[in-house]
Amino acid sequence: MSDAVKTLSGPIVGVDVGGTFTDLALFDPATGAFRTAKVPSNRGDEAVGFIAGLQRLGPVAALGAIVHGTTVGTNALLERKGARIGLITTPGFRDCLEMRRRDRPNTWGLWGDFEPVTPRQMRLEVPERTLADGTIRVAVDVAAVQDAARTLLAMGAEALAIVFINAYANPANEEAALAAARAVWPNPHVGCSSRLLPEFREFERTSTVALNAYLQPVVASYLSKLEQALAGEDFAGSFHIVQSNGGIMSVAGARTYPVRTALSGPAAGVIAAAAIGRAAGFDDLVTADLGGTSFDVSVVAGGTAALAAQTTIDFGLVVRTPMIEITTIGAGGGSIARVDAGGLIAVGPESAGSRPGPVAYGQGNTRPTLTDANIVLGRINAGRPIGGTLARLDVAAARAAIATHVGTPLGLGPEAAAEAIVRVANAKMAGAIRLVSIERGHDPARFTAVPFGGGGALHVGALIREVGLKAALVPRYPGITSALGCIIADVRHDQVATLNRMLDGLDAAALDARMVAAGGEARAVVAGSGLAMDRIDVAYELDMHYAGQTHTVPVPLPVTLAGGTTGISEAIVRAAFESAYAAAFSRLLPGIPVRIVNLRTAAIGRRPPFDLGALAPDPAATMAAAARGTRPVWFDGAWHEATIWDRLALPVDAMVAGPAILEQADATIVIDPGLAGRVDAFGNLIVERQA
Amino acid sequence: MTALATAPGLDPVTFSILTGRLEQIADEMDATLYRSAFNPIIAEARDACHGLYHATTGATLVQGTRGLPIFVGAMAFAVKAVIDKFGASDDLQPGDTFIFNDPYAGGTHLNDFRLVRPLVRQGRVFAWLASVGHWLDIGGNVPGGYNPQATECFQEGVLIPPVRLYRAGVLQQDIVDILQANTRVPRSNWGDLNGQLNALDLGERRFQALIDEYGDGVVSGALEAASARAEALMRAAIRALPDGRYSFEDCLDNDGIVDERLIIALDMTIDGDTMVLDFARSSPPCKGPVNIARSTAVACCYVALKHVFTEVPANAGCLTPIRFEIPETTFLGVGAPRPVAGYTETILRMIGVVFGALAKADPSRATAAPFGTINALSVAGHRPTGDRWVMFSFFGGGLGGNPLSDGLNHANNPISTATIPPAEVLEASYPVMFTQWALRPDSAGPGRHRGGLGAIYELEVLDPGGADVSLLGERGRYAPFGVAGGGESALNRFSWQTATGWAEPPMASKITGVRLASGARLRLETPGGGGWGDPSERDPARVAADVASGLVSREAARDRYRTALDPDGGVDVAATAALRGEGRP
Repeated sequence: MSDAVKTLSGPIVGVDVGGTFTDLALFDPATGAFRTAKVPSNRGDEAVGFIAGLQRLGPVAALGAIVHGTTVGTNALLERKGARIGLITTPGFRDCLEMRRRDRPNTWGLWGDFEPVTPRQMRLEVPERTLADGTIRVAVDVAAVQDAARTLLAMGAEALAIVFINAYANPANEEAALAAARAVWPNPHVGCSSRLLPEFREFERTSTVALNAYLQPVVASYLSKLEQALAGEDFAGSFHIVQSNGGIMSVAGARTYPVRTALSGPAAGVIAAAAIGRAAGFDDLVTADLGGTSFDVSVVAGGTAALAAQTTIDFGLVVRTPMIEITTIGAGGGSIARVDAGGLIAVGPESAGSRPGPVAYGQGNTRPTLTDANIVLGRINAGRPIGGTLARLDVAAARAAIATHVGTPLGLGPEAAAEAIVRVANAKMAGAIRLVSIERGHDPARFTAVPFGGGGALHVGALIREVGLKAALVPRYPGITSALGCIIADVRHDQVATLNRMLDGLDAAALDARMVAAGGEARAVVAGSGLAMDRIDVAYELDMHYAGQTHTVPVPLPVTLAGGTTGISEAIVRAAFESAYAAAFSRLLPGIPVRIVNLRTAAIGRRPPFDLGALAPDPAATMAAAARGTRPVWFDGAWHEATIWDRLALPVDAMVAGPAILEQADATIVIDPGLAGRVDAFGNLIVERQA
Repeated sequence: MTALATAPGLDPVTFSILTGRLEQIADEMDATLYRSAFNPIIAEARDACHGLYHATTGATLVQGTRGLPIFVGAMAFAVKAVIDKFGASDDLQPGDTFIFNDPYAGGTHLNDFRLVRPLVRQGRVFAWLASVGHWLDIGGNVPGGYNPQATECFQEGVLIPPVRLYRAGVLQQDIVDILQANTRVPRSNWGDLNGQLNALDLGERRFQALIDEYGDGVVSGALEAASARAEALMRAAIRALPDGRYSFEDCLDNDGIVDERLIIALDMTIDGDTMVLDFARSSPPCKGPVNIARSTAVACCYVALKHVFTEVPANAGCLTPIRFEIPETTFLGVGAPRPVAGYTETILRMIGVVFGALAKADPSRATAAPFGTINALSVAGHRPTGDRWVMFSFFGGGLGGNPLSDGLNHANNPISTATIPPAEVLEASYPVMFTQWALRPDSAGPGRHRGGLGAIYELEVLDPGGADVSLLGERGRYAPFGVAGGGESALNRFSWQTATGWAEPPMASKITGVRLASGARLRLETPGGGGWGDPSERDPARVAADVASGLVSREAARDRYRTALDPDGGVDVAATAALRGEGRP
């Protein structure tokens, strides 16, 4: 059989709808043409900005495919604006969602409470019970399920989640309940836990399934609006959504499993960074996205983005599906700097956001932010605010705020105080990078930082020095990295099953049968996506531990699906486990039996390679044409005359020694003294220590 | 005003940076143990802690942000015990690692094993690294160690004084053999010991690299500055409280042996920027296992203060402005061999008493009592193979109402950040089936901000041979209190099915030797938190919402919240006003 499903005709467009702007990137495989567009997002009716952006790139009807990174799901979760949902569950367990894992929001301090996404009266119990070994102790009462469904409908439920205890071990009761509920439910928003997440731990499973239901009506209606708008433009190509795991899925998949889009936009950015890095010869990356309130980092090791099995969106809101592992700390451009009562400089987590924003924006904030410090130090050009609507930034106000809130209390001048703010913020960002690199056993000296979004490039030089990174790679268009990722991302489908069996005396044939079946299912989902793919890879991973441990280590298996078998054996699994365990912890524990907990299966449809050469600078570009003179910029305790450049006008192989500032419409790049930047064949800027 | 040290090379910025990096290493040590530990009390309940301690005093220098709060307070005493015994000796060398669980020498109870290792720089002890984790079983009369009928520590398990586990990097197998011979679960303890060693190894590598990078002087200076800063912040916090003497009392049901209440009485004196915590009026040492050692008492006051003054960093400096009066004549300052296995119950009550006294000093910081018991429940039997199974866990309840919010429903105790194992994990591991895992209606203390709700856990024994059950809990007779006019919550309640009906323990929440037949059930109903503020000032719409959800009964709405509802569940505004006495002269 051929995995290359079909060939693409017409250009493909990636669309990343953010809170402020909608970014688009178009690539035409026929001509190699590449174009970008940026339009304001229309919060509340994102379809307007979406279509306006597409039109900016030409006739929508001529497009072959659209791939979309969306934050609709993320925002609905964070702002608690999902649908009214009902939950049907096992007797005695309706409070599972509200009881969580008996945690609290903060280690220190006992204030604050938690509201689940659906109230208690909309969580109903029906007679049924499955035991941990899969035995059906009480068959589900389907009439009670239908009564419960009708009751929930009468209370205004728009979506329904069915979660039974131990359904991971035997889905029979859930399947019967699902069929019964569907018979009375007026819309397709009905799901059960064994289909979405057949893995044990009832709170995590219930939370994931409930949040999926919570998002279903919101995401489905959003996608329908987009589809209608596209149909109105006579668009006849394929339309896909980026998942949190960095792969793309069909719109139908997104409707059924919207919880898998929770980190859609940022995941696309990481995928693009990985592809850009790979093309440029860098396989080990730390992506760094500095926004207004937060700094998000991810690790790409050996060309592959790290995935986390579980993500906590907010206290008590747990989503357990593989997501690109994004570590967020509260340090962004809008983070407020202060000196605390004990004499320590703190930057964030309190933030002025984009409104009122930094002091220099003159929109009412008087407390200094990280951006204000960058302005005072001359790093951000006060005369050319990034991507904004302001004509000029108020440098004097920023200086005064820094002097009042940081300089005077510490006995520092305004510039020294601003530099201190930047250094403390850099240390926080460096800490986040250490957290995702060193703590995972990676040597930072092998890693290259890839900043995307508007702000990250201001700080990459410092990060090279603080963390001991090899280099930084600033993509040619940092602001549209996520849109680019939409074009590049592979098609992907993940699934999990709890196995709970011992490694000693493993029935390899039975495991092989499970793996073959899971691989076949996952592959079918990917093959059905309708996008052009070179091939489909199936990858397996086991969650394993020594019997007695509760946490597991992820154990990638060196086998794949071929000729109706995976060729798995006890010896292969044991060797893979010992290698993974030894990498995670220094000591193996010989003599203690080993258990296989979960099987994770991923099918990945590899997309045709995207030629990043499409982004390359104009061959006619010259250094002279890119030069913009000099201006004083503060580094290491003194003003330095830094050279200023128009970033996009620099030719391939251009070398720029620090101190220098490179400016473009959506980003500012700082090259610190002692560092130098060079433009590679794709237009990326590689920042390294000067030889 | 500021408390920055003046070590050469230590500017405010470097100090800010180093503070974060040091804390991060301790966090990483915590995470290493959580992930590699065997027993769920460490792996899931995070009953562990790591840090860096002063070379000569043992004082806490650096703590992780996620370590078990009570251990954070107690570790300094543990390190001090090792310093006292070995610090001056000539044969202390790099690669030594000490192990012990002595509760009277800086321990808490016998299950908590401390590992202490010197961090050596140029032949001198620069600081100490330590790791503590709760091991599942260390012998004694009751699996899991929570023997509610112990009258001496010898009935609670094996006591190991500080001894060398590693001598100059060489494992002393003799010690391991003794440990392994004295537990019902040698494999689990071996796994946890290795996890703790993993954490120490990692911490040692990371701290050494950090000190290499910044230099010994700068790091020492930062550590001193951090301590000075914590002290300054704590003094500022105390200074903000009005001077005066604030007294508060609460009690334990009994000690499990003698059915008499035990009083914890606190006289808190605020004088300028200093505080005295005087517990001298508390009950004398008791026969049963709810005594605590002085170090544990101090540690638990530290936990209480940290929960209120969250801005003060977690190091020893914050205790400098505080004087403790914890005489040996009370059950809060005992020595060997008084039994201490149930120390958790005593410190939870002590923390509540500190909250109660602080609420009097500063109502704007008032937090009502949390549920106040760990409910250590052990259910054990034998599999058909003859292997023993022991399901041992702690259970949750409600936190107290407070000025910001209602108390959190079904939370962990203030002494820990423990998560509860999932019912599905317990059912997959042990022959039990949970028939309820639910919030407990009407368990919250009423208040303008009510307490969080407690829980009902009910399980059925599936083992054909039945099971043996023991419980060490509290709050069966004296309910968690409210503050600022708030009411108290429901009592803890434990019951089980016998051939003739449901039975309850004679000592309220402490019992061993309960025999459950196959198919019989046990039920644990935990307290909520106390309420904050007058319940008749609670927004009637919120009372109605609690009634609609079934968390508060109509009767409680009327009697405790003075809120009348119409038949549809909406607020009956006129009747509510009448109940609340509004509109009358």
